[in-house]
Amino acid sequence: MTITERTPNSFRNQPDERGHFGQFGGRYVAETLMPLVLDLEREYRAAQQDPAFAAQFDDLLEHYVGRPSPLYYAERLTEEVRKDAPTGKGAQIWFKRDELNHTGAHKINNCVGQILLAIRMGKTRIIAETGAGQHGVATATVCARFGLPCFIYMGAKDIERQQPNVFRMRLLGAEIIPVTSGAGTLKDAMNEGLRDWVANVHDTFYIIGTAAGPHPYPELVRDFQSVIGKEARAQMLSRINRLPDLLVACIGGGSNALGLFHPFLDDKDVAMLGIEAAGHGLDKEHAASLAGGRPGILHGNKTYLLQDADGQIAEAHSISAGLDYPGIGPEHSWLKEIGRVRYDSVTDVEALAAFQLLCRTEGIIPALEPAHAIAAVEREAKKMDRDQIILANLCGRGDKDIFTVAEALGTKI
Amino acid sequence: MTRLSNAFAKSHPALVAFITAGDGDTAANLDALVAGGADVIELGMPFTDPMADGPVIQEANIRSLNAGTTTADIFAIASAFRKRHPDTPLVLMGYANPMTIRGGDWFASECNKAGVDGVICVDIPPEEDPELGPALRSAGIDLIRLATPTTDVARLPAVLDGASGFLYYVSVAGITGLQVAAQTSIDEAVARLKAQTDLPVAVGFGVRTPEQAANIARVADGVVVGSAIVELVAQHGANAAGPVRDYVASLKHAIVAARKA
Repeated sequence: MTITERTPNSFRNQPDERGHFGQFGGRYVAETLMPLVLDLEREYRAAQQDPAFAAQFDDLLEHYVGRPSPLYYAERLTEEVRKDAPTGKGAQIWFKRDELNHTGAHKINNCVGQILLAIRMGKTRIIAETGAGQHGVATATVCARFGLPCFIYMGAKDIERQQPNVFRMRLLGAEIIPVTSGAGTLKDAMNEGLRDWVANVHDTFYIIGTAAGPHPYPELVRDFQSVIGKEARAQMLSRINRLPDLLVACIGGGSNALGLFHPFLDDKDVAMLGIEAAGHGLDKEHAASLAGGRPGILHGNKTYLLQDADGQIAEAHSISAGLDYPGIGPEHSWLKEIGRVRYDSVTDVEALAAFQLLCRTEGIIPALEPAHAIAAVEREAKKMDRDQIILANLCGRGDKDIFTVAEALGTKI
Repeated sequence: MTRLSNAFAKSHPALVAFITAGDGDTAANLDALVAGGADVIELGMPFTDPMADGPVIQEANIRSLNAGTTTADIFAIASAFRKRHPDTPLVLMGYANPMTIRGGDWFASECNKAGVDGVICVDIPPEEDPELGPALRSAGIDLIRLATPTTDVARLPAVLDGASGFLYYVSVAGITGLQVAAQTSIDEAVARLKAQTDLPVAVGFGVRTPEQAANIARVADGVVVGSAIVELVAQHGANAAGPVRDYVASLKHAIVAARKA
């Protein structure tokens, strides 16, 4: 881990000292949590200056998580996409293989960083929220590795559709606390996580799973996840001595996308595309906060939210539990407003098709989250020249999703 | 003198009573709070994601939103209350997003028009004051800040800066309606707060019996009761006014007697 450089005229200088990304971000928390959030910021600043912290983080990522993850040229997928592309079109498709990480997704990068911070702060109890269960599994994993008790808040609906991950978390010694309020999904799990935290501030560390929440979470989650983009940038240069033309990643809260994008933000010639979940369609139920929402305040930060005219938060929908959230990390809201990153969306149906396409062409079963990114890659590659390069983040593997996909395809297993 | 400062200038500590707007017959319940002797009314603005509330107030929020309560309805409830009760201070309590979604200036101006005296926003700490504070202050609406067991001496001046009306001491680190703070910790905290501010200090979270209210009234300028009243509304539905009035009267009796004792 290295400290984000603070140079003028850089897209990588955010947030400001108050935790704001332009008008977004901030620390909108109850007074009880405020001193804790300030403590966390102080401790994170100290950790950033401490070579021993960076050394331990890097060591765990290499020997426990299995980094660096491979950079892979998806030749058969590229050829498949070219079949339907206009003459001369069909960009080369590359993947950053973060689905090969220990626990099967990018989430573990952040959890390793945060549990080291928790230990540094003398906290003895860990809580987390989870949607798809990937962050819950990653949190339960680092808790088992460091011997800390772990409590995972998970929406009742998500528990039902992510049984394999629920069992994994239990095997790892975590206690799963079902959340039945609201729609019983990620938003409600986050509310319960905050309620637990506020009642247990003295001994509890809240490992937030995405680049959202009160400052400094969006910043530190991004920094821990930036290992993805740093590796990918170096791997690209060493493999083919050039940078990609386009980066693509899916976005729920947006931590895998920021992890990939952030180290490239000042590379002017690298375009970036974030993909939100369009669910049943943008005119129906969906989870695309940037496409269908507007700025508001929820869960400690100001960001784009799906909400009504009175500011009541809407329920999101996506086939992917990991994208099923009515908000987005504040840095994405900022990157959208300044125009540095382009955002688009992909429906459940398109993601399911892309899921199957990757299985057939590359022998890789992706999670439903990056299946959204793959659908967009297919779309974009056809518009780009053959010598151009798309790099997408394959942020999770699909073992956890086979039951959901089977059901969607009408297959009994 | 404002309605709020008058309420805290009485010969007894103020009883601050909370209900959620749009849950049950709100107008009748507000009248019942006044009839029972509440000195300050806190009217909760329902929100889909009440992160700082325990199950009782969470459910009241859901009941209210399911009944279709809008922000316009809440201001209509407040305006009508102000016409019926010209002297009883009314404070809106809620979360940042419904208060700021149309801009802080809009919200402050609506408060002003409706005769709202103060605002308590759970999730706008002093660090994010520009979101709502300047608009409320220029509209003459009190911004009531929260102090908690985690607010230490070094931080308290930041909390007090820009605060007015009264200081709300959240007596437990936790959510509404569940735990009860030890009386000794309340006594110490109130003494600590009063050493640093002239604002009245009202204590809430977990207060439900007249005895608890009396104990707090011996040291604080006000006692806040919420979940216990909201429970009565949940239990009695449209016919909650009677039980609410009787319960509030029992609290008020205990508070008045506490200072005489």
